[in-house]
Amino acid sequence: MPAGRAFMHPLAKPALFVLALLPLAWLVWGAAADKLGANPAEYLERSLGDWTLRFLCLTLAVTPLRVITGTAALARFRRMLGLFVYFYAALHLLAYAWFDMGFDLAEIAKDIPKRPFILVGFLAFVLLTPLAATSFNRAVKALGARRWQALHRLVYLVAGLAILHFFWMRAGKNDFAEVAVYAAILALLLGWRLVQAVRKRRGPGAAAARRA
Amino acid sequence: LPAVKSGVAGAMTMEKVTEYNDATSYNNFYEFGTDKDDPYRNAKTLRTAPWTVEIEGLVKKPARYAIEDLLKLGAQEERIYRLRCVEGWSMVIPWVGYSLSKLVERVEPLGGAKFVEFVTLADSRTMPGVGSRVLDWPYVEGLRMDEAMHPLTLLSFGMYGEVLPNQNGAPVRLVVPWKYGFKSAKSLVKIRFTDREPKTAWNKAAANEYGFYSNVNPNVDHPRWSQATERRIGEDGLFAKKRKTLMFNGYEAQVGQLYAGMDLKKNY
Repeated sequence: MPAGRAFMHPLAKPALFVLALLPLAWLVWGAAADKLGANPAEYLERSLGDWTLRFLCLTLAVTPLRVITGTAALARFRRMLGLFVYFYAALHLLAYAWFDMGFDLAEIAKDIPKRPFILVGFLAFVLLTPLAATSFNRAVKALGARRWQALHRLVYLVAGLAILHFFWMRAGKNDFAEVAVYAAILALLLGWRLVQAVRKRRGPGAAAARRA
Repeated sequence: LPAVKSGVAGAMTMEKVTEYNDATSYNNFYEFGTDKDDPYRNAKTLRTAPWTVEIEGLVKKPARYAIEDLLKLGAQEERIYRLRCVEGWSMVIPWVGYSLSKLVERVEPLGGAKFVEFVTLADSRTMPGVGSRVLDWPYVEGLRMDEAMHPLTLLSFGMYGEVLPNQNGAPVRLVVPWKYGFKSAKSLVKIRFTDREPKTAWNKAAANEYGFYSNVNPNVDHPRWSQATERRIGEDGLFAKKRKTLMFNGYEAQVGQLYAGMDLKKNY
């Protein structure tokens, strides 16, 4: 299969790595060249949040796409995409701590529990941390595949928290159009997994019985 | 739009004025979309001539003013006000207009008139955001009579020496500098005098977040934004700490007595 062969190309991963850094490159250039509008701090914070959510959707899309299209080579990119979720989430948090709070740790500590949407966003970041920390091969081996997989299912919870974070942020403006788009995408990706899990539990025998 | 410098106390802050480009390309005007550059991009379609403003309700002299006549009702003054958005950003804007009290006196409110309601145009043909379910159209704002009569409360027709750009509320809007920006209704078509507190747009949308008074108050937080600090657009650089927000947006000396004895935590 040609797509599969392209994905196996030795340059496929470096190419994805560069692509995934382009949003950041644009933001850094935009900030330096004063191209981010009247409120660059807000623009940076929101864009970094948007890109976190987009990479989360991409990461969660890898397995469904791999199975549905039968393109096993797609699995090669899952780890890198997942790490970019963490990368953009960390920058999103950094932008908040820096631009909004001036790195005043006492103020940040007060702010996080005071505002539910910040608490939820922060929690999502905290939950992503062990996933990022156990992403290399030796960690997988040390944990064992089963435990590693159980731990990494936390990403489903993170997806829910991320949407809640976005929803609560937009609630103040009564504007849920964008939230609905991301929620629908994530619901689709998680729903597909649910269906797979149910089918698996029923087993191939059950499926055959249904067909009969 | 020619104007003389205002003599009203507190009306001429010496702070650095926000760049015209920032003040006219970054604001909220939901009738044109919910992003802050939407008004700038979409407000070209607004037709500001002919334009009339209806004065109705509990007044001795209800009237329908053509915008040309409304312009001449008082001497146009330049006033440089701080503007504080409830979202935590602020600007300094030179407005042109006259005290709303001039118009109020002219139409002679009846004794029962305790509040003034301001209604924004809601024309779905020229305002693409009207029809979205974000707010209950038309946009309604309101003031208590004493707030409406305060000399700082401005009926504005221009900014930066020019007539108002469409996206900033042409051809006539309210500017109440000690309240969060959304209280200053834009593109007014109706001013109504009533005996009860008006049902304002944001209060209807989320009463626990947006009170009727919505005075700038660093001590009462919005559930999603701390109100203790603000970012001055164009001035506070990316890495500068945000500046402290002042009580009544720095107009406490002028308006503090309006709220003497009121619990401002309850009446947010």
